[in-house]
Amino acid sequence: MGNSYRVALAGNPNTGKSTLFNALTGLRQHTGNWAGKTVSLAQGNVLYKDKTFNLIDLPGTYSLFSNSNDEEVARNYIVFEKPDVTVVVLDATSLERNFNLALQVLEMTKNVIICINLIDVAEKQGININERILTNRLGVPVIKISARNKKGFPMLLDTIDRIVTGAIECVPVQTTYPDDIEEQIKNIEPKVSELIGNRLSARWVSLRLLDGDEKLLNEISKRFGQKEGSE
Amino acid sequence: MSIQQLYSEAQQLSTAKLRDDIVQRLYERSHRLCREGIKYTESRRDTRTEKLDAIFTSPIFGFPIMLTMLGVLFYLTIAGANIPSSMLAEFFGSLEIYLSAFFTFIQAPDWVHGVLVLGLYRGTTWVISVMLPPMAIFFPTFALLENYGYLPRVAFNMDRLFKRVGAHGKQSLTMAMGFGCNAAAVISTRIIESPRERMLAILTNNFVPCNGRWGTLIVLASLFMAANFTGGLKSLVTTGVIVGIVMFGIIVTFFVSWVLSKTALKGVPTHYTLELPPYRKPKIFDTVVRSSLTKSWSVLMRAVKVAAPAAILTWVFANIFIGDTSILMYAVEFLDPFGKLLGLDGYIMMAFILGLPANEIVLPILLMGYLSTGSLTEVDSLVDLKQIFLDHGWTWLTALNMMLFSLLHYPCGTTLLNIYKETKSKKWTFLAFLIPTVIAILVPLIITQTVRFFGWL
Repeated sequence: MGNSYRVALAGNPNTGKSTLFNALTGLRQHTGNWAGKTVSLAQGNVLYKDKTFNLIDLPGTYSLFSNSNDEEVARNYIVFEKPDVTVVVLDATSLERNFNLALQVLEMTKNVIICINLIDVAEKQGININERILTNRLGVPVIKISARNKKGFPMLLDTIDRIVTGAIECVPVQTTYPDDIEEQIKNIEPKVSELIGNRLSARWVSLRLLDGDEKLLNEISKRFGQKEGSE
Repeated sequence: MSIQQLYSEAQQLSTAKLRDDIVQRLYERSHRLCREGIKYTESRRDTRTEKLDAIFTSPIFGFPIMLTMLGVLFYLTIAGANIPSSMLAEFFGSLEIYLSAFFTFIQAPDWVHGVLVLGLYRGTTWVISVMLPPMAIFFPTFALLENYGYLPRVAFNMDRLFKRVGAHGKQSLTMAMGFGCNAAAVISTRIIESPRERMLAILTNNFVPCNGRWGTLIVLASLFMAANFTGGLKSLVTTGVIVGIVMFGIIVTFFVSWVLSKTALKGVPTHYTLELPPYRKPKIFDTVVRSSLTKSWSVLMRAVKVAAPAAILTWVFANIFIGDTSILMYAVEFLDPFGKLLGLDGYIMMAFILGLPANEIVLPILLMGYLSTGSLTEVDSLVDLKQIFLDHGWTWLTALNMMLFSLLHYPCGTTLLNIYKETKSKKWTFLAFLIPTVIAILVPLIITQTVRFFGWL
């Protein structure tokens, strides 16, 4: 089916990710497996215009440094299974802590939507969020919703739609690191690029290699290793 | 150049403080984003959450409140499930008459009627009428507590105890999952980052009675432990017994964790940050509908899928004779001396062995075993049920031992499978089977021998 697109939901635990998932998919959810990992993630379909969005509810995590199994599962899905769009759900009442995860996702993949949830609670607490400034700083759409009250869904779905049709292009603004780290990245990035092509973000992989992320290293050699032999 | 070579090259370039620098930059940027993009018009803090936390996580009230919540949850489940359970049983019972009549009408052979009605139909409807009502009450109520934000407070309260036995505080969250289903809880141990503490959580999870064992525990507690009480008091006593059983399971969890962290899984518990989210009023209707519809339904389907073949198998075993003894009886007689040692009997041991695929079917198999040997009474009410047990020499001690064995014994097949998938180790999966089994044998053995020694029975 050419009209079916995969949309992954990432986010910190307890940000209402599953509420959003259930509200969008209704009760028509079912658990599905995907290749390589024997864990079941909740999946469900949303029909929008002439398209089907296949939503995948990733485990809630605080970061994606593969400290725990959950983080690895979420990270691997975003990086290797390459969903058409990754929606990062943030809690409007504790954005400062939540942005950390969003910034990591922006390094990993291009088509990202930042979805700020619990906006009703935040407004009650006197928190006013200017999504235009945030969109501008991050380079990807920032949308405010309230999953509990089903507010902001049309905007969210429309944005997903416009990303998959190419009407919007996401240009994630990368985090810049201290000069010595940037120097190291510059050193290693061309070689990474040569090795993995454009299958993964070379900058991100370089950063992970510098950080000593052995789990990612193993995952890359496992997934790309055989292909290289035949090429 | 391979990725491995690149990795070692990167490692030579890299410095030890790189991760710190990265994380610091991410937080700096998060902070800047918030400063630029967010305006706080009024600084109204969430004081309600703070006030509630002062009560729920207080050193004095924390534990009593937790115990009360647990008690209330069980009481609601037990008292509320009573009537719908007997109504369902009655309904299925009356339907059985028509079914039997239909089989007589089409002149089906006796064995077809036996397999399909006495085996399959009775077995599965029993599972449905005993399991469905408690699930339909327990899951939604539990989900409401979960959505409200109470569970992380439980983890907070329990943290010190878990630390002391060398385990991880988040283990109380995976244990809470275990009340629903141990197999799911084993997967949920992924929230524990340290492999050592995660293994502890996996190995001890089945000491929390899962939904499949609820039926057994509730039925036995109300038949034998609360036998002399009536009405509301009966449910209260039953609840007390169940809370006691659950507490015992928790004590065993602590004990096993402590022993393991001193021996096979040596180590010091890691530090972690536990987020205490604000209390949120749950969407009551959504939560109730979702958890009763989806969760109860899927657990029930699993129960029925396993119960159906097991029921047929048991009926067949009970009705195929070698000489003048059925296959089932051979097994029962073989297991009987060992069962008697534990204050149980051969039928009970047989039921637990055949019940390996799912705990839900242990009691139905046991009943079918008892009923297959002569007195073919119709089980219309719990009174009849008790008579069946009494006819086979049951006392309160038998009931207590069976409850304890059910609480402590090896995890069900699905759980074991999940443990293997999660640990990817045959050794640890085997230990997850062995440790509970040994404990489940020792505890009733000690109790029975003590009771007999002092002549209390």
